[in-house]
Amino acid sequence: MNGTTFLGMPAFPRAARDALGDAQLRRNLAEATRTIRDKRDEAVGELPDWEELREAGRALKEHTLLHLDRYLLQFEEQVTAAGGTVHWARDSAEANRIVADLVKRTGRNEVVKVKSMATQETGLNTALEQAGIRAYETDLAELIVQLGQDRPSHILVPAIHRNRAEIREIFRREMGTRAAGDGLGDAGALGDDPQELAEAARRHLREKFLRAEVGICGANFLVAETGTVVVAESEGNGRMCLSLPQTLICLAGIEKVVPRWQDLEVFLQLLPRSSTGERMNPYTSTWTGTADQDGPREFHVVLLDGGRTATLADPIGRQALNCIRCSACLNVCPVYERVGGHAYGSVYPGPIGAILGPQLRGTASPVDRSLPYASTLCGACYEVCPVKINIPEVLVHLRARVVDGKRRRPLPGPERLAMAAARWTLSSPRRLAGAQRMAAAAARLVRHNGRIRRMPGPLAGWTDARDLPAPAPESFRTWWRRTHP
Amino acid sequence: MTASFPSAAREEVLARIRRAVGDSSAVEQRYAQVPRGYRNAGGAQRPGEACSPQTVALFLERLADYGASARLVDATAAPSAIAEALTGRGADTVVVPHGFPEPWRAGLAGVRVLGDDPPVGLDALDAVDGVLTTAATGVAATGTFVLDGGPGQGRRALTLVPDYHLCVIPADRIVRSVPDAMALLDPVRPLTFVSGPSATSDIEMKRVEGVHGPRTLEVLVVATEPPLADHRPIDDPAES
Repeated sequence: MNGTTFLGMPAFPRAARDALGDAQLRRNLAEATRTIRDKRDEAVGELPDWEELREAGRALKEHTLLHLDRYLLQFEEQVTAAGGTVHWARDSAEANRIVADLVKRTGRNEVVKVKSMATQETGLNTALEQAGIRAYETDLAELIVQLGQDRPSHILVPAIHRNRAEIREIFRREMGTRAAGDGLGDAGALGDDPQELAEAARRHLREKFLRAEVGICGANFLVAETGTVVVAESEGNGRMCLSLPQTLICLAGIEKVVPRWQDLEVFLQLLPRSSTGERMNPYTSTWTGTADQDGPREFHVVLLDGGRTATLADPIGRQALNCIRCSACLNVCPVYERVGGHAYGSVYPGPIGAILGPQLRGTASPVDRSLPYASTLCGACYEVCPVKINIPEVLVHLRARVVDGKRRRPLPGPERLAMAAARWTLSSPRRLAGAQRMAAAAARLVRHNGRIRRMPGPLAGWTDARDLPAPAPESFRTWWRRTHP
Repeated sequence: MTASFPSAAREEVLARIRRAVGDSSAVEQRYAQVPRGYRNAGGAQRPGEACSPQTVALFLERLADYGASARLVDATAAPSAIAEALTGRGADTVVVPHGFPEPWRAGLAGVRVLGDDPPVGLDALDAVDGVLTTAATGVAATGTFVLDGGPGQGRRALTLVPDYHLCVIPADRIVRSVPDAMALLDPVRPLTFVSGPSATSDIEMKRVEGVHGPRTLEVLVVATEPPLADHRPIDDPAES
């Protein structure tokens, strides 16, 4: 199992239509993405060498991927020498089992968590719960998602679909009912000012941080040369989880490794400006194994494949592994801005999710087959990507893969029949003219304000997700002949 | 130290990688070909540049931009500036880690000082009014300072749990850019890059300062006159 799509999730077009009907969601998203886009533009505009940094970032990632075995082994060696332990996991289930076993060995049944896409991807919290271990998300947005029994909808800001009033309701309900031991007895009086909501989260989590024995984190970067792990964050919840517990477990994808310490000079400039639109995020922690008198006494890294090596095998698709999870592509995407993250059906939404998901998981499910089409191919994502992933190129490549998958079926689908008919029609001027006359006549019956909203029969597939402009009453050639006798 | 051991998963993941990309040779040579046309690659800072008034001014400006109060003081005025800052925040009990420069301690007469020796417990740490440290390096371009656990900085929990952090940095430890800083830092030490007080933008992407880390961050840059001939950002001037 290489990560899953959300249970019972419909394919993108249907999920998108449902999302588009939610006016509140669209307002929340439009407001939030506009704010972050402006901030990002300003932070990036400040650096005259931005393009050189992007090129260095891209080249470093590409280089690392081509020598991934060597860099992973070097990382393992360095972590081990520094007092840590490295574990390897072929898939999500194996990664979750390793983490659960490590937690059980400490004799504890509670962990505090730093926000991590890898643990979202493997569904770690559910796996821990099944093993009798309670995982507390400590990032504010993850906390909102966890308390609201909701799903993440953005890589950086998982609760981007919620506005302050909704968040206050979740906090009131969830913190209020558990007020007794959680130090938030007056949650009922909570206002909806973001400052006040952040204060509520601080009080809610304070005790958990101070008594936490086991921390779980992901990684932004792993440095092969030194065995160093890097975690970038804003709130200080990460620092709490990384430095206060006695045991720290890091779950990271194998593509997170970079060759040398010096390479961080590139990525620590690219990531914050692309991600939160800041020159630097408030806190970045780096550590190497375990340190005397400072932080955890036991440190584990679990390196996750989870479909990454399959992605690596595709020379065009592998650039998706360059991703540093900044989420700039989500914020500029006209499709994401309108439908939000849930419609993409997994923890990686937006343009990067549309190329990462179907590669990590394969194109077996309807959601994963529909994701390469969840784009207008406008190219804005490519332009902002700090490591220059050509997302439109990979999307088109994956569309071809989806179509090739259908080609192997014994019976041709409507799409293939339509394409065959089109070839027959377009290869003769006479047949084309005939088809145009027929279309114009038929259009008079179904058009509405110059558009066709629903096509009959098997053609309905086309109009499921879009309107069709009605054909002109007559073709250009007919018009020319009629007006220029 | 626990040695890691070859596992079936490890061998399989490595084999999958090799199948996907082939043999991994000539790595060094290819690594050297990565284009590094960006500014200050590898840390290009020349000796003495660290102290340029422009660099210090930029550092202060960028810190303020992210909600830290930051100002420049003369070396002679440093003790009184520290005392004023602590009094201004009503910080009566303050943690001051071992190795904090002796000349600056002159300002601590009216304050109850906890060293971290023996280590202060978490609950006690949660109850103090603030923490006073120095830092290993400052980065002007981003308004960042880096704590490396060296003299006068202490273990990571000390600058995390208290709600107020006063950081005093000699001007000659401030560098221009991120690459300059990375070249000076030692990755073996646990490092914390701090850029302003803890913050979140998780609610409607509006930045709110003060979540779990110190909600108030104050920085004093102490002018170093004359500029040092060579910069020694990790060394503690008080101990050298």
